[in-house]
Amino acid sequence: MADDPFVLGGTAFSSRLIMGTGGAPSLEVLERALVASGTELTTVAMRRVDPGVRGSVLSVLDRLGIRVLPNTAGCFTAGEAVLTARLAREALGTSLVKLEVIADERTLLPDPVELLDAAETLVDDGFTVLPYTNDDPVLARRLEDVGCAAVMPLGSPIGSGLGIRNPHNFQLIVERARVPVILDAGAGTASDVALAMELGCAGVMLASAVTRARDPERMAHAMRAGVEAGRLARLAGRIPRRYLAEASSPAEGLAVLDPERPAF
Amino acid sequence: MSSRTSDVLVIGGGIIGLVTAWRAAQRGLATAVVDPAPGGGAARVAAGMLAAVTELHYGEQTLLGLNLASARRYPDFAAELTGLTGQDLGYRRCGTLAVALDADDRAHLRELHALQQQSGLESEWLSGRECRRLEPMLAPGVRGGLRVDGDHQIDPRRLAAALVTACERTGVVFHRDWAERLEVVRGRAAGVVTRAGAALGAGQVVLAGGSLSGRLAGVPDDVLPPVRPVKGQVLRLTVPARYAPFLSRTVRAVVRGGNVYLVPRENGELVVGATSEELGWDTTVTAGGVYELLRDAHELVPGITELPLTETRAGLRPGSPDNAPLLGPTRLDGLLLATGHYRNGVLLTPVTGDVMAQLLTGGELPEEARPFTPRRFGTVLVEQTA
Repeated sequence: MADDPFVLGGTAFSSRLIMGTGGAPSLEVLERALVASGTELTTVAMRRVDPGVRGSVLSVLDRLGIRVLPNTAGCFTAGEAVLTARLAREALGTSLVKLEVIADERTLLPDPVELLDAAETLVDDGFTVLPYTNDDPVLARRLEDVGCAAVMPLGSPIGSGLGIRNPHNFQLIVERARVPVILDAGAGTASDVALAMELGCAGVMLASAVTRARDPERMAHAMRAGVEAGRLARLAGRIPRRYLAEASSPAEGLAVLDPERPAF
Repeated sequence: MSSRTSDVLVIGGGIIGLVTAWRAAQRGLATAVVDPAPGGGAARVAAGMLAAVTELHYGEQTLLGLNLASARRYPDFAAELTGLTGQDLGYRRCGTLAVALDADDRAHLRELHALQQQSGLESEWLSGRECRRLEPMLAPGVRGGLRVDGDHQIDPRRLAAALVTACERTGVVFHRDWAERLEVVRGRAAGVVTRAGAALGAGQVVLAGGSLSGRLAGVPDDVLPPVRPVKGQVLRLTVPARYAPFLSRTVRAVVRGGNVYLVPRENGELVVGATSEELGWDTTVTAGGVYELLRDAHELVPGITELPLTETRAGLRPGSPDNAPLLGPTRLDGLLLATGHYRNGVLLTPVTGDVMAQLLTGGELPEEARPFTPRRFGTVLVEQTA
């Protein structure tokens, strides 16, 4: 959708789908899925990949011309996250960072206090910060206030595939935000991402829903179509919900199909 | 080239290189292996699960065929190797139990069971209580499991040592040095030059360098195998005699998405593995790696905390883009590959030796190995920094 670019941290993308690489069964399957998704931006866990060594997922992204979005997955404190982000910037030469500060291993929910601290530090340090956050409208606003370039609320816990559990919170976040709102975590299937876009998200970030699907390439295609469908529906504007039916075919001026019976 | 020539020169004396050399020498080819420390490599770290059935993944049905073909060869292969060398390989036909600890992991295991059944594999679904009757040391919270009696184990260190002996007994020559550079003469691989400067000529060269296969100098770029190192940290515990048998078969689980397995040897060694990390050539054992393995293993078998922790180690799996090995001729005449075995090197050792020997003597890759030709990768997919 060339006339509807997705601007993130000053860069315009034509795809609104940000992919992750975790959980892919093989590099080859990952590559086919990335191509099918049409993504232009893909996140990589800096703690799990050594950017100094070519030969892994980074060379796949490089070959496909996909921009790398380093993330701080696996960090539990603001201190670790800031350190990881700085190492990533040094290694990859990008100031983009997807900021994750996890509170607890069972739920992988963000730690809001550490997250806000880390976001503030990294913004001051010149980073373009994209924080993975709870679906809390107040926290989303605070993250925006400290200078984050987007907010990335979770639909449901990472890898759960439970979709958007609180669509109302998403509406509240989208309504107030002056930065892009990106669904991050929880997408399970194409209708989940379509809903996110219909609710006004500017983009969707997902990994497991594709990489752990039986056929990752096909699911990536489905997600791409879901994002586009949801975005178009949002821009087109849905019809108001009505209590009773309203016929879609006009009742006036119908052709007379049966000459024996006059039309009204 | 110097006078030190052979029919076949194998670069790399890990289990894949050794089995190739042994089988080639058995068929009458004058065979040499170049490796600074034959019998080393990833097999020093690997647990040695022969897990064709429990390691099944969506989209890897072709690899399953080769894995099963190799698993079928194992009893005769092990008997032949032991017969020749007199060495015990720790080959144990004990089976495997894959269990789930919570509802999510149980659903995942159910899916694996369905896939196994679709693929015609033998595995039996057990309730949590049935699992614990088989293995009483399992945590009481086990929610169910898969009993796979066909997934056995071998001790890869003993396998490697026996293969070195087998090679020696069969007349394989060992050059204990690094292969520094491939020599190409008139468009054909002609041998290698070693780090010490020795020129080793050969009619056919087999590159079996494990994770290092992608960085041999002198190999043309479009022939260099797309193999990358995938780090795995593995722990070794010891089961004291008073606790024996502790576990009677391999026990494995997916704990919150991460794989953990416990492989009990007859000699009391208990192998706990493995992490899977894309960190290049790093082989550091980290606090986090050890912690995660022990945490998950403890959740599975609480009693392990009583056991001595005797060894921690990290190795590098040779990963290929589709997780399957690269077997056969390359675009460079005279250069063959036997590498990229990733998680299945120990399992695939017997079939690799057989198909490589057939190729080296007959010039044709046997039918069962044809899907694994290195030519399936159009161009070089992975570049390696030296």
